[in-house]
Amino acid sequence: MATPDLDLEVDCVSKRYGTHRAVDDLSLGVRRGSFFSILGPSGCGKTTLLRLIAGFLEPDSGEVRIGGRSMRGVLPNRRPVNMVFQHLALFPMMSVGENVGYGLARRGAAQPLIRERVATMLKRVGLPGAEAKRIDQLSGGQKQRVAIARSLVLEPTLLLLDEPLGALDLKLREHMKIELKQLQADFGTTFVYITHDQSEALVLSDHVAVMSAGRFEQVGTPQELYYQPRTPFVAAFVGDNNRLKGTAARADGDLVELESAQGLTLRARPSGAIAAGDAVEAFVRPEVVSLSRDGAELVAPVQSFAGRVESLLFDGANSAVLLREERTGTEFRVALPQTGRFADLRAGERVAFGFDPQRAVCFKVAGA
Amino acid sequence: MSAMNVDLAAPRTRLALFLLAAPALVWLLGLIVLPHVELAALGGGHLAPPDVEPIGVRRAGQVGVDGCALAAVDQRPARVAPRIYEFSFDNYRTFIDEPLYWHTFVRTAAMSIIATACTLLIGFPTAWYIVKIARGQAKSMLLVLCLIPFWVSETVRTLGWMILLRESGVVPQFLVALGITTQPVEMLYRDATILVGLVYTSLLFMVIPLANALESLDDALIEAAYDLGGNAWSILRQIVIPHAAPGIAAGSIVVFMLTLGNYLTPTLLGGKNSLWFTEQIYAQFITRFNWEQGAAFGFLLLILSTVIVWLGLALTGQRFGDVMRRA
Repeated sequence: MATPDLDLEVDCVSKRYGTHRAVDDLSLGVRRGSFFSILGPSGCGKTTLLRLIAGFLEPDSGEVRIGGRSMRGVLPNRRPVNMVFQHLALFPMMSVGENVGYGLARRGAAQPLIRERVATMLKRVGLPGAEAKRIDQLSGGQKQRVAIARSLVLEPTLLLLDEPLGALDLKLREHMKIELKQLQADFGTTFVYITHDQSEALVLSDHVAVMSAGRFEQVGTPQELYYQPRTPFVAAFVGDNNRLKGTAARADGDLVELESAQGLTLRARPSGAIAAGDAVEAFVRPEVVSLSRDGAELVAPVQSFAGRVESLLFDGANSAVLLREERTGTEFRVALPQTGRFADLRAGERVAFGFDPQRAVCFKVAGA
Repeated sequence: MSAMNVDLAAPRTRLALFLLAAPALVWLLGLIVLPHVELAALGGGHLAPPDVEPIGVRRAGQVGVDGCALAAVDQRPARVAPRIYEFSFDNYRTFIDEPLYWHTFVRTAAMSIIATACTLLIGFPTAWYIVKIARGQAKSMLLVLCLIPFWVSETVRTLGWMILLRESGVVPQFLVALGITTQPVEMLYRDATILVGLVYTSLLFMVIPLANALESLDDALIEAAYDLGGNAWSILRQIVIPHAAPGIAAGSIVVFMLTLGNYLTPTLLGGKNSLWFTEQIYAQFITRFNWEQGAAFGFLLLILSTVIVWLGLALTGQRFGDVMRRA
């Protein structure tokens, strides 16, 4: 049953709090040496799942296997798993060296061995000779590295990370993202990372599971999640998207024509079976939409619309523009091209915009 | 907003600070410093002139109504001429020469330390339960339960213990009814009874600073230690106790001082045998009108509590300022 190269297997695991299903019959497998993220909004059950893996909670049903071994009834201090906590949970009453050496000392390792392993580990995370420092003397990024070193020195099969970047400011967070990925590549330990920040998940991971209401919406590579979302939730949660609701006016297998309540019609690639008359939702990414001052540039298969610039959202490379479609007043968010061609665009200006229907995706609305 | 920057050195600000602090200063000076200066002066006072024949000297070995042995009395003159003092350490020498006095002194210190330790042993799990295990309403209910006994005066509470523990009281009768003892046992007037009373009186003063200290302990630290292979005992020793140390110290200092200076509980629950040092002070001041001796004893008690608190802090490597700030 156990696949040899899976470090973590979660098999139909459920955890209920009263009537609330925090984790609902969930299964997953994480390959050895990979960086696996669980992405979801707060309250989706991702922390519960992580605590089930770490052993702080026991599942109501199902089984967690780590390194092929069942973890049923195995206490957290006996599992080959270590965790990096949300606020790191470094021991303020101990020095950096004592923090990193804590786990080894608990295993009964001899003092000289502990000193040697701690020194090596601190060197590997870029903090050589920091043993005697107090925790409050470290910067946010250094604390992060000590927390990871403290776990990795025990050579766990699996390292769990519970939104460890959440408490850092933006600049440092960007920096630590890269550092975390390098550390993981360096050590080759399997990382399971939970976050509500989709950019962290996309940048860091080999595989991402998008979680909502105790279930996985989709598991795949970051590229799959971004370009081929399988549910409206994933399309809306991962990356920016223009979301349009309406009914399917026509469906011919290859393309669906959506008609919105305001009367806008657009075509998009269907995901799953859609019949004419179904309530549907279409998603169009801002960078898929092209802008043009001259409507003639937008040739088939691009469907084109006319709109007026509502406001400019300048954010360097992520700059976008908010447009209102002229006839129906539907709002579109459109990314500005990097070429600087539209650097002189002003609010109130009239432009044409359009997109390839194959690059927009359409879902049938569940329960409609 | 430069007007908001208050210059603490400006004369007007200093005057305001002084006026604000004045009530506290008057209180400290009038009720604490001055009486102790007076105590020190009284305790060092020797009645003069020494050549006056003593009137009505009681002999050593006699036991007065106050239960105090009178060994030292005949070695110095009794009260003959009021307000004539000469400095000497005679009152302190009496304390050293008379074994009953310093035995009582050492016994009071030892019993107070034991009572503090017992209070800590009971208070720590209590505070832990209130802070870390109880949730929502139960939490505040439990704190209120700790507080409720203090709505009743200490005298009434102690009398309650007497009703429970005396020979004809509730507990001995109950033990007979259960067949554990054949006849009622007198449970009052024992050292253990004094300890029970003292621990009961002090528990709140231990639980509050401990609860404060444990409240600030992040649960994630405990989980992290557990995750890294720690067990209950090592986590308690390496994570919880170091974190709660200032709270433990603050609670212990308060309880120790309250216990050392307690008069009512040892007297009522221990009776004549309680031999509590505050009773000696009371006897000197009230029963025997020997204010000089009483003052010397009072000063000795102050020195004792200071030394033991200092020792306790030194042994656990803490600073008084830190402890009081964290508690």
